Amino acid sequence: MQYLLLIYEDEKRWSNMPQPEQENEMAGYLAFGKEFAASINAGKALQPTTTATTVRVRNGKRLSTDGPFAETKEQLGGFYLVDARDLDEAIAMAAKIPGAKAGSIEVRPIMTFS
Amino acid sequence: MTSIDELYRVEWGHLLSALIRVLGDFDVAEDALQDAFAAAVVEWNGAAPRNPVGWLYSTARHRALDRLRRRTRFEDKRVAIAEAMATPSRAPDVLDDEDAVPDERLRLIFTCCHPALSAEAQVALTLRTLCGLTTEEVARAFLVPTATMAQRLVRAKGKIRAAAVPYRVPEAGDLPERLAEVLQVIYLVFNEGYAASTGDALVRGELCAEAIRLARLLRVLLREPEPELDGLLALMLLHDGRRAGRVDERGDLVRLSEQDRTRWDQVQLEEGRTLVRSTLRLGPPGPFTLEAAIAAVHSEAERADETDWTQIAALYERLYALHPSPVVELNRAAALSFARGPAEALPLVDALAEPLAGFHLWHATRADLLRRLDRRGEAVVEYGEAYALAGNDAERRFLARRMEEVGGTRGALTLPE
Repeated sequence: MQYLLLIYEDEKRWSNMPQPEQENEMAGYLAFGKEFAASINAGKALQPTTTATTVRVRNGKRLSTDGPFAETKEQLGGFYLVDARDLDEAIAMAAKIPGAKAGSIEVRPIMTFS
Repeated sequence: MTSIDELYRVEWGHLLSALIRVLGDFDVAEDALQDAFAAAVVEWNGAAPRNPVGWLYSTARHRALDRLRRRTRFEDKRVAIAEAMATPSRAPDVLDDEDAVPDERLRLIFTCCHPALSAEAQVALTLRTLCGLTTEEVARAFLVPTATMAQRLVRAKGKIRAAAVPYRVPEAGDLPERLAEVLQVIYLVFNEGYAASTGDALVRGELCAEAIRLARLLRVLLREPEPELDGLLALMLLHDGRRAGRVDERGDLVRLSEQDRTRWDQVQLEEGRTLVRSTLRLGPPGPFTLEAAIAAVHSEAERADETDWTQIAALYERLYALHPSPVVELNRAAALSFARGPAEALPLVDALAEPLAGFHLWHATRADLLRRLDRRGEAVVEYGEAYALAGNDAERRFLARRMEEVGGTRGALTLPE
């Protein structure tokens, strides 16, 4: 079996956290990653929802809107982690996902840690 | 000699777009350009160099590159070393040539008007970066606190960076759709300056001027003629050309039919009309061109009762075919009432009751038709409805006056809580 473990939390908590606590929490994630290294296929942190774009295709027309997906009548059904040159390429890909015709695709940049 | 203020107004967007292209960062480019203008005030000491734009560009670029190098060293020495190893000892020609300031404004327009940004962020970013309005000026124009506007701009620029909103002109396949979005932003800027009756009048007039300037700029930057862009520019020229007649001594809005037409800017109106005529020859007109054509017909009448309402009604009919909205249909009905009489228009207006019953202009239009049909009692009721729903005082004063003309009394007028 495979499972997707989705991390939900108040993103402001992280941005308001003092640095020592952030480091402490990062250490926790590193320890988790090490403990389950054999089981984890992929794991990424996301940029905050202020960087999100929601893409829908209705009647063959592509609609991009600023902001995260906010509809409670639709539920997370899957995901792709993709490489794209920039947001336009990512949006073009998102619009080709069959689910974009009935549902919504949220495009969120991945966080990179330097 | 060109003053620094004037350079700021005219060249800000041009310089900023070139710097963003070289530096790859909105904030760094903006800070550096601000610094360069501040330096110019001190160093030129009233006497501008031979090529002031080139001076500002190279000063801003040097300062930004210095700052980026310092920042890189501070944050991560390894990156700085890697960069130094990868960078050729000589910068590309375009960076060396002090005189050459490439025009990158078209890229900047498409980045600022990217659909992944909210409409209000698109408008604010366009005014700040392309037009060079300060954050305070943009905030004042939109009647929001400066801190709110600053936050909006920070967020938009943050998203451009974090989500990698591209800095480029869309590919041919996406261009029509993306261009339509740019035109919407320009129109929003114009409307914000034109339609609102509150706020700082000076800044608002400036917004109209900026929107017209943006449309003119876009016409120069796009190589292919774009009929709807011409239509939009014509529409703005034709509305803005009537500006002086729109407000009376008390600052109240004056209705089109009651405006002193000698106060209209005939030069600007003629430019608008010429543009409409040439755009109509390019092919089937889009919505902006049709609206411009309607404004052009209005502008041709020396007196309100000389207006060619038959033509206006026909133009609204074509607009409705492209844009089937009940408000367009209401306008067509109003035009028909002048072309062929209120009796013919009333059933058309009545048919719009369902979508428009909450809209004060539906009631005001219906009231006007009833008044002209001498159905006074019904007219009084409709004026009352319109009064209760009207958005501003000038409009309410007009409605109250009209209601008294048909025998109603002001005592009957109520406002919602």
